[in-house]
Amino acid sequence: MTVSTETRALRTQGMKKPARDGGIRESAVSRVVAMAVMIVATLYFLTPLWWLLVASSKTREDFTSTNPLWFADFALIDNIAALVEYRDGVFIRWLANSALYAGLGAFLATLIAAMAGYAIAKYSFFGRETLFNLILGGVLVPATALALPLFLLFSQTGMTNTIWAVLLPSLVSPFGVYLSRIFAAASVPNEIIEAARIDGAGEVRTFFTVATRLMAPALVTIFLFQFVGIWNNFFLPLIMLRDEELFPVTLGLYVWNTQVSQIPDIRALVVIGSLLSVIPLIVTFLALQRFWQSGLANGGLK
Amino acid sequence: MAISRVARVGAIAAISALALTACSTGGTDAPGASGDCAPSDGPVTLTFTSWLPGVEEAVAIWNEENPDIQVEVQTGPNGNGGTYQNFFNQLAAGNAPDLGQIEFDAMPNFRVQDGLENIAACEGILEAEDQFVGWTWSQVTFGEENAVYAIPQDTGPMAMFYRADLFEAAGIPVPTTWEEYEAAAVQIRELGGYINNFSQSDINAFAGLVWQAGGEWFSNDADGWTVDMTGAETTQVAEYWQGLIDNDLVAVYPPWTDEWNAAYNSSELWTWVSAVWGANTIASGAPDTAGNWAVAPMPQWEAGASAAGNWGGSTTAVLKGSDHPYEAAQFALWLNTDADALTAMNRTANIYPATIAGAQLPVFGEGVEFYGGQKIYEVFAEAGNNVDPNFTWGPTMTQVYNDVADGFSGAVSGNGTLLDALTAGQDATIAALKAASIPVKE
Repeated sequence: MTVSTETRALRTQGMKKPARDGGIRESAVSRVVAMAVMIVATLYFLTPLWWLLVASSKTREDFTSTNPLWFADFALIDNIAALVEYRDGVFIRWLANSALYAGLGAFLATLIAAMAGYAIAKYSFFGRETLFNLILGGVLVPATALALPLFLLFSQTGMTNTIWAVLLPSLVSPFGVYLSRIFAAASVPNEIIEAARIDGAGEVRTFFTVATRLMAPALVTIFLFQFVGIWNNFFLPLIMLRDEELFPVTLGLYVWNTQVSQIPDIRALVVIGSLLSVIPLIVTFLALQRFWQSGLANGGLK
Repeated sequence: MAISRVARVGAIAAISALALTACSTGGTDAPGASGDCAPSDGPVTLTFTSWLPGVEEAVAIWNEENPDIQVEVQTGPNGNGGTYQNFFNQLAAGNAPDLGQIEFDAMPNFRVQDGLENIAACEGILEAEDQFVGWTWSQVTFGEENAVYAIPQDTGPMAMFYRADLFEAAGIPVPTTWEEYEAAAVQIRELGGYINNFSQSDINAFAGLVWQAGGEWFSNDADGWTVDMTGAETTQVAEYWQGLIDNDLVAVYPPWTDEWNAAYNSSELWTWVSAVWGANTIASGAPDTAGNWAVAPMPQWEAGASAAGNWGGSTTAVLKGSDHPYEAAQFALWLNTDADALTAMNRTANIYPATIAGAQLPVFGEGVEFYGGQKIYEVFAEAGNNVDPNFTWGPTMTQVYNDVADGFSGAVSGNGTLLDALTAGQDATIAALKAASIPVKE
């Protein structure tokens, strides 16, 4: 074991060496500056998370009276217990709602975007470019601007204050269609599709068994984008939902946060709840990170 | 923070969008338009949107006693945090809840946009006036004849929370006038502390101070609204606090933040002139100072006077378009007068009732440990009786708060003065009223 690891390490080093020699050499100054910028940026982004972690672990008394960036008495478990108990565990319900909206919504949105992008890339039909440009225009319209018109539309059908009010609008991802088209054009060769047809596969089967596999990196990217987008979407649920049981975790925490002046103790629950609510995002990111990177790179090449 | 800004921007957009539609229908309601208010046939289910934490407990008592009138609680963020905007959206879409929580300062907005049912004709509503603290009733009738647009729920009479131990140790008498308050501020500053924090973003708290001084920012009659945010009383209050800021006699921490809490917890800040619900804010934010606080009436502009301001408080309104105004009105009246309901809401949400009898509930007769065992609610009950009933809120308070807060946060960092901010706020308010086609007198 040890030997093989060492040799592998040596081999990678050996392989890297010529590449480095042949590559562009930055000056020491620019490297130091680049590192400094990166370190500052990292601190800038991580400090709030660090604060959140530290604050979540404190008792109510220590919260205001001790150093905000270092631990005091460790009460993380007690805080989580208090959060889970508050109002019969409605927070767990919110987490589950968020997981449902974001998970199912992102999955279906990815599927629809993949089909649309593939169709636009691989079939020629009348008005194809117009259709694509129209969809591309959708990228420019912020979701916030659509929330109010959507509310009025959903009111007409009596579907406000239901899970559909949040789920249905989440299924649309113009950016996903764009990325799918670019990616399908680049990574699904026409010859393979021809071959599949000759082998007797129908169009639907070709798409699901051949194209989706080749497009996988792009699909993961779309899924992640959409998952994060839905998880963080706050304005649409705010307008659509009135029943506490249907809230996603962002809206629930926001509602609690506005009650702080009435019940100051809720502040601690908002803090610990915020910590717990970012964990699923971090997990999803870490799990799908590899695909995400390759997907972005491929998308960017075009 | 980012979130609340989005919500705020959205709220403003929604208000301006809806103002147009509202104006074409608003104002046509003659007094007595609610000529009939008859009970519905058969069982009724009402929807009630409120952001009071735990209001379900009080509602459960009603639901048990009234099997034919079931109330379903819906929730959301506090009014300015998004629920008002939702109400306006829902009113436009025709699916507003039967009942909604609306703060006193938002009532004129809903009235101007014709979002409220007049429930004066409903059984027992007009007669209920005597049960409520005087000033609250004028807030729900707008001075109209034969009109009641909501039932007052809770109030925020103001008083002065102060560190009894520090004042005593330093030999400084507890101030009873604003003049004494300033003198005390100088002494406290010499000892390294601050007497208070000027709350740059709580414009409604500043309005409470103006209210105490007898100022009126808004008034309206048949010809339209008058905006007067730079009148003699407002100027007096603004210049007083400007002086304290200029001489570094008050701190200027952003309120409701950790550093603000920490300043109270570390005994840097000695007093807070605030509303009754502030009692819990201090107890929670400054736990190390337990037992050392006490409550006294607000300092006065004239020695021996007893005027008080009010900060906060809300109502239960029947929203326009409710199919069951009779039942909704009965529920609203019960919720805000029944001793059990009020006790439940006080326990879960710290509300301070708007009824005269509510101030006598057992929970308000007890000494509070955090305040050295003082029966602090006696001070607030007295303050509630001394609130000027003539103070009127304007129809665009969300906008007023935002505009003035922008100016105030400039003023605390030396950019302009509080009075400049109020002058600019007044201009912006008049422009906003005109933009919404609400008649303004200049």
